[in-house]
Amino acid sequence: MADTRMSSTPVISPPARDESTTVLLRELVAHLRQSRTQLREEWARRITEAKLLTAMTPEEIFAEATAVYDNYLEALETGSIEALETYARNLSERIIPRGVETHEVVGIVLLLRDVLARSLFAKYQQDFHQLNRILDAYEPAANRIANTVAVGFVQERERVIRQQQEAIRELSTPVLPVRERLLVLPVIGIIDPQRARQLTEQLLRGIRINRAKVVVMDITGVPAMDATVANHLVQTVEASRLLGATVIVTGLSPEIAQTLVNIGVDLGKMNTVGDLQGGIEEAERLLGYKVIPITVEAPVATS
Amino acid sequence: MASARTLVEKTIVPIRSDRDIVTAREQGRGVALLLGFSPTEVTLIATAISELARNIVLYAGTGEMVLGLVEESKKRGMVIVARDEGPGIADVRRAVVDGYSTSGGLGLGLPGVRRLMDEFDISSELGKGTTVTIRKWKR
Amino acid sequence: MAVPILKQRDYLIANIQAALTDDDLRKLRDALVAQVGEFRSRGVIVDVTALDVMDSFAVRTLRDLAHMSRLRGAETVIVGIQPEVAFAMTQLGLTLEGVATALDLEEGLAYLDRKTKRKTTVR
Repeated sequence: MADTRMSSTPVISPPARDESTTVLLRELVAHLRQSRTQLREEWARRITEAKLLTAMTPEEIFAEATAVYDNYLEALETGSIEALETYARNLSERIIPRGVETHEVVGIVLLLRDVLARSLFAKYQQDFHQLNRILDAYEPAANRIANTVAVGFVQERERVIRQQQEAIRELSTPVLPVRERLLVLPVIGIIDPQRARQLTEQLLRGIRINRAKVVVMDITGVPAMDATVANHLVQTVEASRLLGATVIVTGLSPEIAQTLVNIGVDLGKMNTVGDLQGGIEEAERLLGYKVIPITVEAPVATS
Repeated sequence: MASARTLVEKTIVPIRSDRDIVTAREQGRGVALLLGFSPTEVTLIATAISELARNIVLYAGTGEMVLGLVEESKKRGMVIVARDEGPGIADVRRAVVDGYSTSGGLGLGLPGVRRLMDEFDISSELGKGTTVTIRKWKR
Repeated sequence: MAVPILKQRDYLIANIQAALTDDDLRKLRDALVAQVGEFRSRGVIVDVTALDVMDSFAVRTLRDLAHMSRLRGAETVIVGIQPEVAFAMTQLGLTLEGVATALDLEEGLAYLDRKTKRKTTVR
């Protein structure tokens, strides 16, 4: 059996620091804070030079650079990356819609790392021993910060992509009310278990909102279906019935028909009609509609 | 499993009667909503809790349900542990296969619960009791 | 929590208003089956709109209710199953087979009217 540890330790714990590291970091943070104005400008200049963040104005770059700089120093000083994490997430949220790319974000953080390291070189160049110790303290902390910002950005991007995928999926299976109490659901493309599930949820909501009694689900556009998805299809039909709606499935290809027979679907539960047109006619019959063609002889209303 | 899995917060609901089944699923619904699960997922979770809580009442008499938030690397989800010190299940492997039942058509409903959730673990010892752990991850 | 049972024409309407314990459900089933005989009802409607979970016990009890009522001469229809609940039910493999379902009370009544339309040959 898998473990289920009943503890309440935080998930991320900062790596242990010894006393001397803390002292050194404090010293270098004090130095970086003193040179804030100059280093920040230097950084912003190098960002522009490297043609990073081209989607942003120089003023915006400078404002973000200031905020990142201060958060960066705070993370160095306290060893806690929480505030920086939050800021990185906010920043990502703001800049992703403007088309900022992953390499740009990684690029600017590495540039800052470089700008600060150079400033440390300049300050401690007389004392190699001290410089070494300062760098020993600085490097791991800086790496961790760079990692945090980059990972934060990538995660935010992934979240945005997932959201868009959801939206596309929802658009790809429209639930169309075509007559009072009649819905048509054309399904096109490959159905995977996740899409099958989303399709079912959407259909059930559609049935309730439209007070539908009959649904014609046309799967002419579905090239293939494995047993798992076929089972989902059967569940969709069953769930719709629980809401009081009848589902008519149309456009079953010979392959899909074979799958359904192979998995032993109770065909008594499945209401199938050859094609979409036949399905709609059957639905109209169930709903009590009678379609009468208008002939030329029929009286025409005059305006 | 060796990965770092942390149970961050938990609520324990003692299960002694069929009234507690309702309490357990209402509490579970609350936790699932807090975690930001979709309405459908919340319903799946509440249904799974209901089934497990009823198994405790039916087969062990008393026990408890632990409802918690679980984190694993960057994933968040909900974990539910149903524990009892009842008679235990003789053949655990068969109990999680569809169609198996020990009480004339009633069944433990375990295969169903398994389909409702992402992860399902069971351990049981005759005469000692049963623990079922289920998880659902946020997508 | 007792579920109020309404008598309308020759139908019984049970409107569940909150989550029910297993015991409440059993009592509801027994009360409905008893009243079907008492009032010579032809139809039973159970409105489950307020239920946010229908687990195996609830489904089995409602199915039993439908079968027992049928044996006593009344048709049962379950109305108001929520979309999420229907989804969870099918995932669990509970499909209320052989029991009529309808969208809401109005639809349930229409169903019973169609189903129980008596061959009223007045003389």
